[in-house]
Amino acid sequence: MKNNVLMQVERLTRRYGETRAVDDLNFTLHRGEALGLLGPNGAGKSTTLRILAGVLAPDAGRIVINGIDLLDQPRRAKQAIGYLPEPPPLYPELTVDEQLHYSARLHGLSRAASRQAIVRVKERCGLTEMGRRLTGNLSRGYQQRIGLAQAILHDPPVIILDEPTAGLDPIQLREIRNLICALSREHGVILSTHLLAEVQITCSHVLILRAGRQVYSGALAELDPRQQPGRLLVGMNTPPPVTVLARLPRVTQVDDLGEGRFRLHHAPGALPQRIVVELAYDCGWDLWELTPESVSLEQIFFDLTVSQGDSA
Amino acid sequence: MILTIAAREWRSLFLSPLAWTLLAVAQGLLAWIFLLLVQDFQVLQGRLAGLDNAPGVTDLVAAPLFRAAAWCLLLITPLLTMRLFSEERRARTLDLLLSAPVGTASMVFGKYLSVVLVLWLVVGLTALMPLSLTVGATLDFGKLLAGMLGLGLLAAGFAAAGLYLSTLTAQPMVAAAATFGLLLGFRIVDLQETTGQLFGYLSPLRHYDGLLLGLVSSADLAYYLLFSAMFLGLAIRRLDDLRLRD
Repeated sequence: MKNNVLMQVERLTRRYGETRAVDDLNFTLHRGEALGLLGPNGAGKSTTLRILAGVLAPDAGRIVINGIDLLDQPRRAKQAIGYLPEPPPLYPELTVDEQLHYSARLHGLSRAASRQAIVRVKERCGLTEMGRRLTGNLSRGYQQRIGLAQAILHDPPVIILDEPTAGLDPIQLREIRNLICALSREHGVILSTHLLAEVQITCSHVLILRAGRQVYSGALAELDPRQQPGRLLVGMNTPPPVTVLARLPRVTQVDDLGEGRFRLHHAPGALPQRIVVELAYDCGWDLWELTPESVSLEQIFFDLTVSQGDSA
Repeated sequence: MILTIAAREWRSLFLSPLAWTLLAVAQGLLAWIFLLLVQDFQVLQGRLAGLDNAPGVTDLVAAPLFRAAAWCLLLITPLLTMRLFSEERRARTLDLLLSAPVGTASMVFGKYLSVVLVLWLVVGLTALMPLSLTVGATLDFGKLLAGMLGLGLLAAGFAAAGLYLSTLTAQPMVAAAATFGLLLGFRIVDLQETTGQLFGYLSPLRHYDGLLLGLVSSADLAYYLLFSAMFLGLAIRRLDDLRLRD
């Protein structure tokens, strides 16, 4: 299963005038994976997804979808994509059934196949009762569901969702997230969001964008705070010289905070508190504070997207 | 695929009051003109009887009616074509088409087909009026058909121009204004005798006159086909270009 590559993106670049909206993006999506495109507003998430869906042309780079090059054979490659843009593309004067029928026929489904597919996705997206309602009269949450139903009508291997949970209430949010999780088991899903929690709930992999550049790409599990460099706050009445602390095993850097307090930066993995406690006792440092400073996923995200270099 | 797109477009058009209103307005105005023409013909009828080779009812009623219908098309085409691509760009529904496995040409032809069919409906309804005269008069069906053909081709040309202009902007009203300006410009160029033959020749209305007289020349037919093909080709190019620029 792991080798089932659904989408391969190499050196993807797109400029708007002088600005590089997407700059040298590389990643691979396998079947059974959900890749979260994470980044602040304006980081290039939507542009990336629009390129992957074949709506925009990239300036450079290669996109292979299910073994077919999107730029060489756009029509065949697009057959393998289901795309939900933001906002969902609905014609307000059509009913839900008409909208879905149109979309199914556009994706090359026969009349009979369309009818079956529409019944199937309506059930999946909780739209069974809504078939005869006008899309323009439905709430934002339902419109989002119709958009999602539209994206999975032709059962594409790759599903691209641009902010799939935008404008949903908490109950709808949970339903849609469950649906995305279910979809990502059989398909490959790429979704964009600026919410970290969303990625944590729905995604197996994450790609963090900042000003069009990818600043992190990998499995979500690797972003586990326990695997990140940590910090330990230490307070002592009779502290040793900083150099002594800096020589402690696993400690990479020491900040002197004054009044006997220090911040020890240490390598990923186990905290060095045991050594600190033992040495403090042996050498009579008179330890009064020992606090691990927790690093949350939020902090990592923030560090990656904001504090590296410029203020983008 | 072309039919799927055309059917959706046609459906959306007739689900809104716009198409019905335009059809009603066109039909109402043309019916009025038709009645005036019939009245004039009745007055003239007695004097014409004595002439050799006198113009018949087709020349005096059908041809002027079709000429008036051309003006009518000039007014309603911009309002029908303005939505085609502008509206989809404004409402961001174009992404559905662009991400679907559909070629740009199919999108353009599908939308073009829907508008041309609406305009041909206008042509058909217009032609019904002189046809109703068969009850009491003898019509020259050759001339009538030539006139219908001319009006139909003119409509197809207008629609192609309007479709292209609607790809240029995301504002339907801008597309409508531009289309109206372009079509009216063609009319003015045609009216002005002094602008020289070249500009006059480029006007779609110049080629309409021959057809109204019953002269079906292949040059005129080729002109209309080229006129439409040029604008459709430009529209396809423009849409492909949007993927690079938008």
